Amino acid sequence: MSRTSGQVLVLAVLALGVLPFQQTWGAEAVIKVGEYASLSGGTASFGSASHKGTVLAVEEINAAGGVLGKQIQLITEDTQSKAGEASTAVRKLISQDKVVAILGEIASSRSLEAAPICQEAKIPMISPGSTNPKVTEVGDYIFRICFIDPFQGTVMAKFALDSLKVKNVAVLTDVKQDYSVGLAQFFREYLTAHGGVVAKEQSYSSGDKDFRAQLTSIKSSKPEAVFLPGYYNEVALIVKQAEQLGLKVPFLGGDGWDSSSLVEIGGQSMEGQYFSNHFSPEDNAPQIQSFVKNFQTKYNQTPDAMAALGYDSARFLADAIRRAGSTDPVKLRDALASTKNFGGVTGSITINAQRNATKSADILVIKGGKFKFMQTVAP
Amino acid sequence: MDITQFIQQLVNGLSLGAIYALIALGYTMVYGVLRFINFAHGDIYMLGAFFGLGLAPRMQRIFPGSHSIPGALAILIASMLLCAAIGVLIERLVYRPLRDRPRLTVLITAIGVSLFIQNVTQLLCGADPKAFPELIPVRAIEGLGDLTVLTSQATVILVTLILLFGLHFIVQKTKLGMAMRALSLNPTACLLVGVNNNTVISFTFALGSALAAAAGILVALDSPSIEPMMGNVPGIKAFVAAVLGGIGNIPGAALGGLIIGVTETLVVGYVSPAFRDAIAFAILILILLFKPDGLLGKSEREKV
Repeated sequence: MSRTSGQVLVLAVLALGVLPFQQTWGAEAVIKVGEYASLSGGTASFGSASHKGTVLAVEEINAAGGVLGKQIQLITEDTQSKAGEASTAVRKLISQDKVVAILGEIASSRSLEAAPICQEAKIPMISPGSTNPKVTEVGDYIFRICFIDPFQGTVMAKFALDSLKVKNVAVLTDVKQDYSVGLAQFFREYLTAHGGVVAKEQSYSSGDKDFRAQLTSIKSSKPEAVFLPGYYNEVALIVKQAEQLGLKVPFLGGDGWDSSSLVEIGGQSMEGQYFSNHFSPEDNAPQIQSFVKNFQTKYNQTPDAMAALGYDSARFLADAIRRAGSTDPVKLRDALASTKNFGGVTGSITINAQRNATKSADILVIKGGKFKFMQTVAP
Repeated sequence: MDITQFIQQLVNGLSLGAIYALIALGYTMVYGVLRFINFAHGDIYMLGAFFGLGLAPRMQRIFPGSHSIPGALAILIASMLLCAAIGVLIERLVYRPLRDRPRLTVLITAIGVSLFIQNVTQLLCGADPKAFPELIPVRAIEGLGDLTVLTSQATVILVTLILLFGLHFIVQKTKLGMAMRALSLNPTACLLVGVNNNTVISFTFALGSALAAAAGILVALDSPSIEPMMGNVPGIKAFVAAVLGGIGNIPGAALGGLIIGVTETLVVGYVSPAFRDAIAFAILILILLFKPDGLLGKSEREKV
């Protein structure tokens, strides 16, 4: 091949590569929505579940004709469950992809990292599952569709005192997760204000594998129950090691427990433990059953709470775009803020003045390796 | 202070320290022969656990019954052999071509190898934590009163002891062991008297990697959740253990591992769990300040 024909070939290839981009530049045929999620790393089980729910929702919306006559294009970035990655992902989505809104993330620590960037760029951000109160305090462009830690911590304290009739409860927190620290704080406040006692406070860090030192010292404080607001991976090992050490009291937790890995790793020791959650696939409401069915058809697995929250986050956004009649960030923000009684699979969502969803929580108990619905607690 | 609780914490600390000790041996031996820190070593430990996970269902066909001791032993040995092969392969493909380059180059390459192994594992097995099968019946040993010693903890300590004696025998009584010791003293002199340095270095990598694999299996027996990034923190702590004992010194690495494990557990139990990871680095700083050659290291001056 001569040199000139080689150059022509290179140019042709370059031109072909550029063409598709030019088409998208030419006419805004799609509405671009950004998503950042932990698809790999320590909390990948949550991140990929919420991502699957989000993808399913976007597909359903597009199949039904999209919003404002346009298809939604979801652009996803992986935060690898690492600090520092969420801000990079969100910056890329805003400046490079020019998205109209951002969905993410499950982990409060990473939502807190990305929220200031979205706020500054005035791009609405909707967290599907970050329950730490600080997330939406960042500014008026930050929303969430889940309940917050004070509610979840309070619910579990109430449940311990009223339903389990225990007063003396040890608390074991993951100091690396704002989520865990937040839940523990509100659990402690409600418990001590209503006649309970914190038997012992201990902590650990995500990624630890050996919790015997903490459990040995908790055991010596003779608690009637242990509040363990952590994530499934450590929770399963902690409960297992507690059983082996002879600490046989009920363990209570929050939505961070919701993963099939919890029972795979924890096995028999997880039987009879309780946690609060956003969603139960056992609920017979027709909307929930149709979501469960579609999810099973697409992914061949039962959706968990994170999948349901991911699903709701995309539909909640599409609903607001429809009501705003445009993707203009200010109009979109106002439409999001005025959402009332939006029918999600995780419950009816009404956005309050703090841009948080007010909705009820489910308490689940683990029986026969399955998460069984026990009771609903309203705010 | 409650004495039972204290002894309980010591037991917890020893079984944790045994894991660090096994990993630390690999760091120290490679440093001994090549004078560089193989930062991919923590990931070999992770691979050991993953090989165990993959081998368990296959072994169960050969050794039926869910808790067969020969089956568990076969998994341990097979995983050690696989990791030994991988250790040799890494040395042959990556470190040997760089052997005459500055040590910083090799060090950075080792970090690259570490990230490579982690990400390939994550790609092949997924990032989710996996449940490790219960190879031996895990329960508390009876007849100890309030003290809880688990069969898994006892296994960790026992297998570590056996491996340590095995290693001691290899290093002190075999020809290859003698060659390893000689190489760590003077590589050029070894060449002059006809030692094949490459063989000895490969052997060192195989030995270190096999011990790391054993640590991976043992930790998974005791805390049955494994994931591709699990080698990071124990890897760094084992490195600190190797420095604490005197890097290049084999009994030193074992001692260092036990000290780090026990100190860590006592700090978590009696001071605050928040200091768990900090304590290893505090020890590292102290040792570098006051006894840079480590507890059992011999001080040697570089001749100018």
